[in-house]
Amino acid sequence: MTAMTWTVRVDPQLCLASGMCAGAAPDVFALDTEHARVLPEAVEPDERILDVADACPAQAITVHDGRTVIGPRRD
Amino acid sequence: MTTADTTPLAYPFNTADGLQLAEEYERVRELPGLLRVQLPYGESAWLVTRYADARLVLGDQRFSRAAGAEHDEPRQSEGRTNSGILGMDPPDHTRLRSLVARAFTVRQVEKLRPQVRELTASLLDDMEASGAPADLVDSYALPLPVAVICRLLGVPTEDRPRFRVWSDAALSTSSLTAAEFEANREELRSYMGELIALHRQEPQDDLMTALIEARDGGDRLTELELVDLCVAVLVAGHETTASQIPNFTLTLLDHPDQLARLREQPELIANAVEELLRFVPLGSGAGQARYATEDVEVGGTLVRAGSPVLVATGAANRDALRFSGPGVLDIAREGNQHLGFGHGVHHCLGAPLARLELQEALSALITRFPGLKLAGDITWKTEMLVRGPRVMPVAW
Repeated sequence: MTAMTWTVRVDPQLCLASGMCAGAAPDVFALDTEHARVLPEAVEPDERILDVADACPAQAITVHDGRTVIGPRRD
Repeated sequence: MTTADTTPLAYPFNTADGLQLAEEYERVRELPGLLRVQLPYGESAWLVTRYADARLVLGDQRFSRAAGAEHDEPRQSEGRTNSGILGMDPPDHTRLRSLVARAFTVRQVEKLRPQVRELTASLLDDMEASGAPADLVDSYALPLPVAVICRLLGVPTEDRPRFRVWSDAALSTSSLTAAEFEANREELRSYMGELIALHRQEPQDDLMTALIEARDGGDRLTELELVDLCVAVLVAGHETTASQIPNFTLTLLDHPDQLARLREQPELIANAVEELLRFVPLGSGAGQARYATEDVEVGGTLVRAGSPVLVATGAANRDALRFSGPGVLDIAREGNQHLGFGHGVHHCLGAPLARLELQEALSALITRFPGLKLAGDITWKTEMLVRGPRVMPVAW
């Protein structure tokens, strides 16, 4: 089975513009307006992006692997 | 562009016995380029005072915290404090932060609100029972965040006198020698190491147990990272909030019109806390220098690779280019994207918890005591990285 790409989203309603994501993964996130946005349409599977989704203080980032939501990770 | 090296100005500007933003900041913010400053120890640095420049330096990966380890970092004391997670860059920083962050999300923290509300009520009951005057710091501002962070992390609240001493020293700017700093850090680490050992034997429903699980089960952090992370959560988790509760109370007492408005419109509390976070410059001065990893232009100055930059968030929070009437306290201010919690990857991890505690603490205090007032001279914490009263006598 080939690895699927992931889809990353930022919910502008939840985003608090902390700059956490854009600082940690500037290849995926940008904060150039009031809220953060996702740059690429799809990203290669990358543990780092799950870490960022976990670390967002507003929990505004979701990571989707094509089948289900995989980030932020639940305990 | 200015790159000329003039004699650096002595820094920090703010005085410890009050909450004013030093006038020098106003002057410096108007000048083109960045200013060279010299802290009591370490190399000289560029100082950022404007909002846009602050967001750039704090939010851009070309500025590194970890690089500071290879330099003589600008600092207020001889000894080098243990920056822990605050001294790391992505991706290591993100890995560690993600382990703790889940305990501090808006959603998780909101579940604590009833507990925090109960705690404020019981502390105010005790104050009322003992009668005025009372020390707001010792009877309210300190016990509240200590109790909350202790419960969340899994530290016995009754150990407060022990870790207060270490916590004070960790944030001290006094003339502790490097050796004294080191000794203090090791005591705090060994205290936390004991608690971790106890949690390993008997897991609890707390953050320390979750972090132990991430280490032992998932190998996602080293033993030293585990210890230092718990230390960081304990120290950062109470000192700043304990300072801001009296700071915000004092600021509201100094602005009776705003205090009256908040009493009339209690629903403004969340907004008021954001405005107070913007308005009150907590730090005695900027610290935690960011090192440029390549040449970057900031506010008209070329910052060379390897140069440290200090960001004065308190000054940036009063930048007229970003905030209208920046020197005015307006609890109904809108669009208040202040830098009170910093910005970028090191944006305060505990911000949601701090917000909740500040909202509940202030709101309960001003509601319970409509006649709240100062009842004597404030003793200020001097020689600390964060400013605030050490003793604040109040009556009602």
